[in-house]
Amino acid sequence: MSRKETEGVCFEKREQVDAILAEYEGKKGTLIPILQEVQNLYNYLPREALEYVAERTGVPIAEIYGVVTFYSLFHLDPRGRNIIRACQGTACHVRGGKSVLQALEKELGIKAGQTTKDLRFTLETVACIGACGLAPVMQINQDTHGRLTPEKIKTILAGYR
Amino acid sequence: MTTINLTINGQPVQAPAGTSILEAARQAGIYIPTLCYHPELRPEGACRLCMVEASGSRGLAAACVYPVAEGMVVKTNTAKVREARRTVVELLLTNHPKDCLCCQKSGDCELQKIAADLGVRKLRFEGGEKKSHAIDDSNPSLVRDQEKCVLCGRCIRMCRDVQGMDVYSFARRGFNTIVTPAFGLGLGQAACSLCGQCSTVCPTAAIVEKDDTDKVWDALSDPDKFVIVQTAPSVRVALGEELALPSGSVVTGKMVAALKQLGFDKVFDTDFSADLTIMEEGHEFLHRLQNGGVLPMITSCSPGWVNMIELKYPELLPHLSTAKSPQGMFGAIAKTYFAQKAGIDPAKIVSVSVMPCTAKKAEAARPQLCDSGYRDVDIVITTRELGRMIRSAGIDFAALAEADFDSPLGYGTGAGVIFGTTGGVMEAALRTVADVVAGQSLPKVEYHEVRGMEETREATLNIVGTEVKIAVVHTLAAAKKMLERIKAGEADYHFIEVMACPGGCIGGGGQPVPVDASVRRLRREALFGCDEASIIRKSHENPDIIALYKEFLGEPLGEKAHHLLHTTYQAQRR
Repeated sequence: MSRKETEGVCFEKREQVDAILAEYEGKKGTLIPILQEVQNLYNYLPREALEYVAERTGVPIAEIYGVVTFYSLFHLDPRGRNIIRACQGTACHVRGGKSVLQALEKELGIKAGQTTKDLRFTLETVACIGACGLAPVMQINQDTHGRLTPEKIKTILAGYR
Repeated sequence: MTTINLTINGQPVQAPAGTSILEAARQAGIYIPTLCYHPELRPEGACRLCMVEASGSRGLAAACVYPVAEGMVVKTNTAKVREARRTVVELLLTNHPKDCLCCQKSGDCELQKIAADLGVRKLRFEGGEKKSHAIDDSNPSLVRDQEKCVLCGRCIRMCRDVQGMDVYSFARRGFNTIVTPAFGLGLGQAACSLCGQCSTVCPTAAIVEKDDTDKVWDALSDPDKFVIVQTAPSVRVALGEELALPSGSVVTGKMVAALKQLGFDKVFDTDFSADLTIMEEGHEFLHRLQNGGVLPMITSCSPGWVNMIELKYPELLPHLSTAKSPQGMFGAIAKTYFAQKAGIDPAKIVSVSVMPCTAKKAEAARPQLCDSGYRDVDIVITTRELGRMIRSAGIDFAALAEADFDSPLGYGTGAGVIFGTTGGVMEAALRTVADVVAGQSLPKVEYHEVRGMEETREATLNIVGTEVKIAVVHTLAAAKKMLERIKAGEADYHFIEVMACPGGCIGGGGQPVPVDASVRRLRREALFGCDEASIIRKSHENPDIIALYKEFLGEPLGEKAHHLLHTTYQAQRR
């Protein structure tokens, strides 16, 4: 669909999405970078934005949905401002990674894969972040926290509230 | 083109370079089982059932995507191949519901047939995780059961490549992979035309027509109801396939007899209302042509097509003829003219139609189709459903004595019957338009200029001194291209016929399966045969149509005709 027909479309941060689309206009194989940039904008991929990307790029919305659900890096639901990745890899597992995860779930009141209602935290698990010497570990955003015990969780989270 | 020499099961085979092993084998009469392969869709190599031993291939080769090579030695029936195929089927069945005996697709299911052919007798992997999905029952036409999906992707390719609608995609990953419209929407919420072509290529019951036969049985067994039925033109040349007769059998008389045995009070013919459609649409076209109306005018009989333009190109809706489809016209006339003439309370009439089409179920549910003061058409069943009703009633179809349609809505001309094939509505319209313009019955009946199976055909015709540029389009992908040309101002046609399905209604989404180009050709030839055998071949010469206007409607495009026989369209937002 041409730009003219999408003129009336209205949703949050549309101008920024337009700028992203303009950057890739006319180039092939750019769906994933477009989606990555759009996700950076919202922290997730809102349906209206995906439908707009489909209209403007001509990639069918069903196919975009297929791509978004295939890659675990894309998210269809809003995410927390802080992303916690609790490691469940082998080294962390043998040193008590599971009890750390349980402490996180209890403290945040959510299960792994979920986001707190106040959108402050999203809790995820990862298989290894390559810091086995510090096991058990978790990452919050870009910070790595090692040699964790369930008791330390409350204090660490307080620093991100 | 280079010819490749190879041997398959010791038999020398020749095939053009680029042919797949599968196609080379089938041409040589060697059957290789498949699920994801479909002769009319691009191959995907997903199901791995077609694995064969081929010299030059590292492991077993997927015959549907592996090209033939000079000197290649292929073996399609070795112990290794049999074991591999059987394992594939076992894995599929392990994660598949076991309700085959009461499944809607039982008897027509390709997975069932393959499991039987391969002699799969026990499942070694029982007890594993099974997928669990809700049934999508969100629309009047189609039902999707993801638990029966084998992820062959045929529906995706059909919807994308042939119909251009792109409703489906694979989503998620690994064991969790599903076929779905965007955001997991039901077909009733997605931008789906409900054409049902996906249901004609689905090998299992993952996509089927919504079964409305129980509603028909209920009406037939209700002594207070007067149950009438109309049968679409293309049903008579396809229904036989449901009842063990060869493709292309014309079963009009047996179909009427079967419907009477099922208990319908009157058996009428949609050919009659196809003639009525020509009267209205033909005059509408002349009116637009002579009074500067919106051109090109586009036909509106195909509800999958109407859904598509309402969904994707609402700005072009003024191009659609306002004439209702033959099903819609029949519905409005049955509960008014026929009810009056027969002295029956229209509230007691149950109007059933037998259609080649899944979208007709949704068309009948449109709020616009209540001009009789009631719902004009109450129940729509497809050719496949009628086949099931006849089988379940224990009727020996092949042995039935032929019967005639009832009067006064049961006589259709040769022009009415060819509505069932691509080009047929255009040809029928031209037969009437030319005579109306000339003011006399012209000797020309057949318009071979508009016949054919190319997706888009065009011709410039001299209609009694006026140049008329027409086009005929089938499949929704081709229709989209045509609409883009209209938008770009590159389509200077006066009149365009569009049918949603490949080949028109003969290839409709509710027709018997399996279907391919050769089956569609046989059905189409049978329809033209019906036309040639007709004594009257022009809609406006149908005596029952003449009587209908004289006794009831007045003039074509007149006030009463406008109220009962014309409709409105609106953009669909989903």
